[in-house]
This record gives sequence, structure tokens and C-alpha cells, in this order.
Amino acid sequence: MSAPAPATTRHVEVAATASWTHRLRRLGVWLAAGALLLALPHVVRNPVAVPVMNQMGIAVVFALSYNMLLGQGGMLSFGHAVYFGLGGFIAAHVLNLAGPGGLYLPVPVLPLVGGLGGLLFAALFGSFSTRRAGTVFAMISLGVGELIAASSLIFDGFFGGEEGVTTNRTRAPLLLGLEFTTDRQVYYLIAGWALVAAALMYSFSRTPVGRMANAVRDNAERAEFVGYSARWVRFVSFCAAGFFAGVAGGLFAINYEILTAENLGLNASGAVLLMTYIGGIGYFVGPILGAVVFTFLQSMLSDYTGIWLLYLGIMFLATVLFVPAGLAGLIAMHLPAWRAGRLRTLAAPYALTALVALVTAAGVIGLLELVHFVVSTSPSRTTMRLFWMTVPARTLAPWLGFAAAAAAGALGVRWAAPRAAAAFAAASRPPGAP
Amino acid sequence: MLELALFSLLNGLVFGMLLFMLSSGLTLIFGMMGVLNFAHASFYMLGAYFAYTLGASVDFWPALLLAPLLVGGLGALVERFGLRRVHRFGHVAELIFTFGVAILVEEVVQLVWGRPAKSYEAPAVLDFALFRLADNAFPAYKGFMLLVAVGIFLFLFGVFTRTRAGLIIQASLTHPGMVAMLGHNVPRVFMVVFGVGSALAGLAGVIAGPVLGTFPGMAQVLGSIVFVVVVIGGLGSLTGAFIASLAIGVIQTSAVALDLSLGTTAASLGLPVDGGGALQDLWRVTIAQVAPMLPYLLLVLVLIVRPTGLFGTRET
Repeated sequence: MSAPAPATTRHVEVAATASWTHRLRRLGVWLAAGALLLALPHVVRNPVAVPVMNQMGIAVVFALSYNMLLGQGGMLSFGHAVYFGLGGFIAAHVLNLAGPGGLYLPVPVLPLVGGLGGLLFAALFGSFSTRRAGTVFAMISLGVGELIAASSLIFDGFFGGEEGVTTNRTRAPLLLGLEFTTDRQVYYLIAGWALVAAALMYSFSRTPVGRMANAVRDNAERAEFVGYSARWVRFVSFCAAGFFAGVAGGLFAINYEILTAENLGLNASGAVLLMTYIGGIGYFVGPILGAVVFTFLQSMLSDYTGIWLLYLGIMFLATVLFVPAGLAGLIAMHLPAWRAGRLRTLAAPYALTALVALVTAAGVIGLLELVHFVVSTSPSRTTMRLFWMTVPARTLAPWLGFAAAAAAGALGVRWAAPRAAAAFAAASRPPGAP
Repeated sequence: MLELALFSLLNGLVFGMLLFMLSSGLTLIFGMMGVLNFAHASFYMLGAYFAYTLGASVDFWPALLLAPLLVGGLGALVERFGLRRVHRFGHVAELIFTFGVAILVEEVVQLVWGRPAKSYEAPAVLDFALFRLADNAFPAYKGFMLLVAVGIFLFLFGVFTRTRAGLIIQASLTHPGMVAMLGHNVPRVFMVVFGVGSALAGLAGVIAGPVLGTFPGMAQVLGSIVFVVVVIGGLGSLTGAFIASLAIGVIQTSAVALDLSLGTTAASLGLPVDGGGALQDLWRVTIAQVAPMLPYLLLVLVLIVRPTGLFGTRET
């Protein structure tokens, strides 16, 4: 895996010597993000939305920390949830110590404790795992992940066995009279921490060591010749990633007031890889997009269907196959066309492709849901609700209908997609080029 | 005591040979494409489920042949239309692609066969005790497993060292460019190796399903262990995979039988044991409980000391 990273991850940002206007614009972006976070709970009226947004905030911090490894450092980890989970467990234990007569530790400071916990274990495991990148790193991360997951079943004192460790955020002493009893109050805490953590992680990517992480990712040998220890650079990135994963874990402990072995297992590590990759590992905003979309789909789809994980898996594979640069890459791809003012010429071919793709998706979803229904319900039930229709699932007609939709849609995509691609190529040509 | 040790050694051998059937394909695929195939254990799971379904309609014996063929064909398709496409995006994308395939297969298995374990049974013909050792019966089916695994091992060994196809495969491992120059279709060689590796994993699933259980998590349970085997043995090395398979198989099965803990060991040596405090679990834990951790501990240790694995020649 010492081969150069794919072109999409080699995206190098403009040098740090940005002009004043650039800096002001950047500051404006962060201020706008802060204002958006403040306004969100007032704009979104749905009461279910706040817990989902809390989950998103935690996922954003976690995914951003993961991308410090994968996107910026070129280290593919299969055990990043270890630092999230251990940070969370430590935060939960410390929160249990806090309270009247105990430790003076207000809730808003707690994510820092989780972060320090993550940092501690990242420094411990990173000391030997960052010696090499590539497959060796990936395998050690997998081994460490499995080791911690297995030990969580053995050391009940720390991990709380099957029921996990529960805690209570309302017992902690107050800071400036801030209470955290409702989801909305916790939302502001998570949003604040997510903004600060994202700003810090962005700043880290602009520091010399953050830049060197990119250099080591692209060509460790050359970085060594410039005089940097590739191992040390990887180690620093790894510790920083562990710290922010721990912060996310601390936020998790505050939000859910419970941590179980599941939070540091292989599935949690896989989920963060999924969301980061779907968002796009080559861009700083990629993991943010990925975490938001992933969490949204997770909470929405699980309400509608029992096989939502299958859909997520299909989406993930489609991303790897067709949009390896992720959602952020998809957006960035269209910047030249936007600057040239030709985005409008794309509307018609894109709409057409989207339409036939939707027909395909409807056909495939229909077939999958039919299979799910037939397999998982008793034979006495013959009809199911699907796409706002009542479908007789045990007759041939709906199967044929959905298969026809899928096939027709697929043919349509084969016809429309090259046209959309041609329109895209025409629109992204620099002005003046033939 | 000796008989018990022999018995658990025999069990370890069966498990180890099973691991070899999986790891041989995985290590060859890695040697050729430079990518660790996360979906390899998924093909093992598909083998078990296909055999379960085929066994219900035809019989165990035709299924023993048909299921691996189906799985192999599926593997070849995944290589041809998935992996080859992702290849140009780099190794990380390939690895992540196989990771996605593994997730998808697990979900599809849950969709089609449901979450609960299937009662996939060994054929009645082999349902007797082959011999008894220290009051423990050794089932004939395990003997059959061992027989199949040894047969596969000899077959692989023969193909690799005695045939022209084996020669081309070996050459493609190290000098794909040169092999292509000589007029061989290297991408097709890759596809065939991927397919055969998947078929071997499928065969392992067919014969392991009745013993280790046929359930949607079976790929994850064995998948990580197979990784450990391949990495410890040295990526791309068949000899390494063979030795590491047997070692891990024996270590895991014998560790499960040991009921010693740090506390009891220290007590029997006459050392004072402090049973309280936050570390009390550390004294209580028995070797049997730690058994699932041992392969991973070994993996991390081997990678720290020797990143190429025991018999490997390269790191990535």
C-alpha cells in the first residue's frame, strides 16, 4: 500500500500564505457555521430532530477525527472506535465520580476528559502501530481493535459487562448555572464542542505537522529525505486523532448517559469508515457531510424499513465504485462549471439521469422489500404497504412490475448517464478553451 | 492427561486445516493484487448457506461440489466487475470496496435466510464416532473435514509445483508485466485465482457450517482470525499460511481447554494474591477466557517484531 494515494486524496489546498481577504472569508465561513448551529433548533420544529442532531454532532467530530488518519495521514484504521469508546468509558466513570461531595467537574468540561483518555490510549497503541503505514498499520489497528473488544467482555470492572456503564449528567456540579436536563440543552453543548473541535482539527491540518502528514501520506521516503521522521509525524497525527475521537466519546457519554462494549467494537469502527468515505476523504468538509448524511439516513431509514443496513451497504459500494471522491468530491467537481456560470446547462441532463436512476432504485427497493416481506412474515399475511400502495406480495404481478422498473431504469441510466457526463465535460471546460 | 492433550491437538489440527483452506486463497489473492480481501470470509459464509439450501433440495454430496462452484463464480464476478474497476483508484479504495462487499453479503444473507442460525446438519452417513480417546468421542465428520482439507492442500501443492498453470500463477505473483509480455492474459489469471480462492473459501464454509454453526455472523467470527493467520504467516506466502493456520488452530483449541488464571497460578506457587481493587479482574481471568484474544495478541506482537510476517518477503 505504499503506492501513491489516488488523485482525489492528493488534493492540496492553497498555501498557508493566504491574503487578508482569504482569511476574512474563512473566518466568515466559521461564523456562518456557528450561526447556523445556533439557529437550527429554532428552525427545525420537529421534536424528534434534536436527538438526531445531537447524534450528528457526535458523528461529525468522530468522522473528522477519523479523517485525520485516513484522508490527511493516509492511515487506514479498522479500530478507531477504540479511542472513541475508551474516551467515552473514561468520561462516564469520571462523571460518576463527580457530584455532591465528589470531584468538582462540570459537564461542559467532560469531553476534554474523554479526549485526554483517547489521547492516552492513542499514545500507547500509536507508539508501536505508527511505525509503518499501509497494510501493517491497518492490520495492527484491526488487531488492537479486536483485542480491546475482546477484553471488554472480560474486564467487567471497567467496561460494565453486558449492560455497560451508566451515568447521570444531572448529578455533576453546575458551571455558570448551566443545566443539562433536556435534549436541547445538550444540543448546544454538542454543537459548541463540535464547532470548536472542527476548528481545532482544521487548524491542525494547517500547521507544519499537519502539512507534513500530507507529505508522509503521499511519499514517506521523500518526507524522510527532507528531514522529517515519518514515524513521528504519523504518531502525532494518530495522537491528535485519538484525542478528538475521545472528545466525541465524551460527548456520547453526556448525550446517552450509557456506554457499552458495542461502542468500541469492530462495527463502530466500520461505521466511521463508511461515513467518512461516503462524505469524501480528500476534503475537510467530506467527513462532516458524510456524518450528517449517514446519521440522517440511519435514523430515517430505520423507521421505514427493517433492511436499512442493506441500503446503506449498497450506497457505500456505489460510492466506492462510482464516486470515489465522495459527496464532497462530487460537489467540488462542479466548481469549475459554477465559476464559468454554466451550471444551468447541466440541469436538464442531470434531471433526466436522476429520474431514470430513481426508477431503477424504486424497482430494486421494491424487489428487496418484497423478498424481506416474504422471508420475514408468516405466510398468512399476503399484502404489504410499499411506496404508498397496498401490494399483494405473494402474487407474481408486483415482482414482475418492480423487476421491469429496475430493468427499464437501468437501460435508461445507460442511455442518460453518458449524456450527463458529456454535458458535464462541456460545462467544466475553462472559458476560452476550444 | 496425555490422551486429552492428543485429543485437543487433533481438534486443533482440524480447525487449523480449515483455517488453511481460507487463508490459502486469501494469501494468494493478496500476493497477486496487493489487496487484503475483507470479503473472503463472506464467501465462506455463502458456501455454508448455499450448501444448506442445496442440501435441502438435492443432498449434501452434490452440494459439496455445487456450492463451492457457485461461490467461485460469484467471486470471479466480483473481481471482474467490482475490484477491477476500483483498482485504478488505488489500494485503499480496493480494500474499502472489499469491506463494503463483506457488509453487503452479511446483509443479503440476513435478508434471504433471516437472522437466526440455520440448522445445517452434517450428513447422517458421517454421524458416528470414529474413535474414542479418554472418554471423548472423535466424530467421523471431523475426520471427513480433515480428509477434505488435506486433499485440498495436496491439490494446491500439486497444482503449484507440478503444472503449467501453477507456473504461470507463480510468475504472475512476482512479475506480472513479464508474464503479460509472454502473451498471457494476466487480468484473467487474477480473475481465475480470485474465483478459485473464493471457491476454496466456499468449500471451507460447506464443510465447516455443520460444526461451527451457520449464522449471519459466521463470516465476522472467522474473518478476523483468517486475517491474523495470513498476516502472521507472511502476506503472499503459502507455506507461511499453512504453518500459521496450524499454529493458530492448535493454540486456540488448546487454550480453550485450560482453566488456569493468574490468581490460581500465583496461589499454587505460594505467592500472595491481592484479590481486590480495580485490577481484580486481571487475577480472575482464565486462559480459556483469554483464548479469543490470543490470535490478536500474536498478530500485534508479530507485526511489531517482524512486519513482513514469519515467511513473507514484503510488507505491502
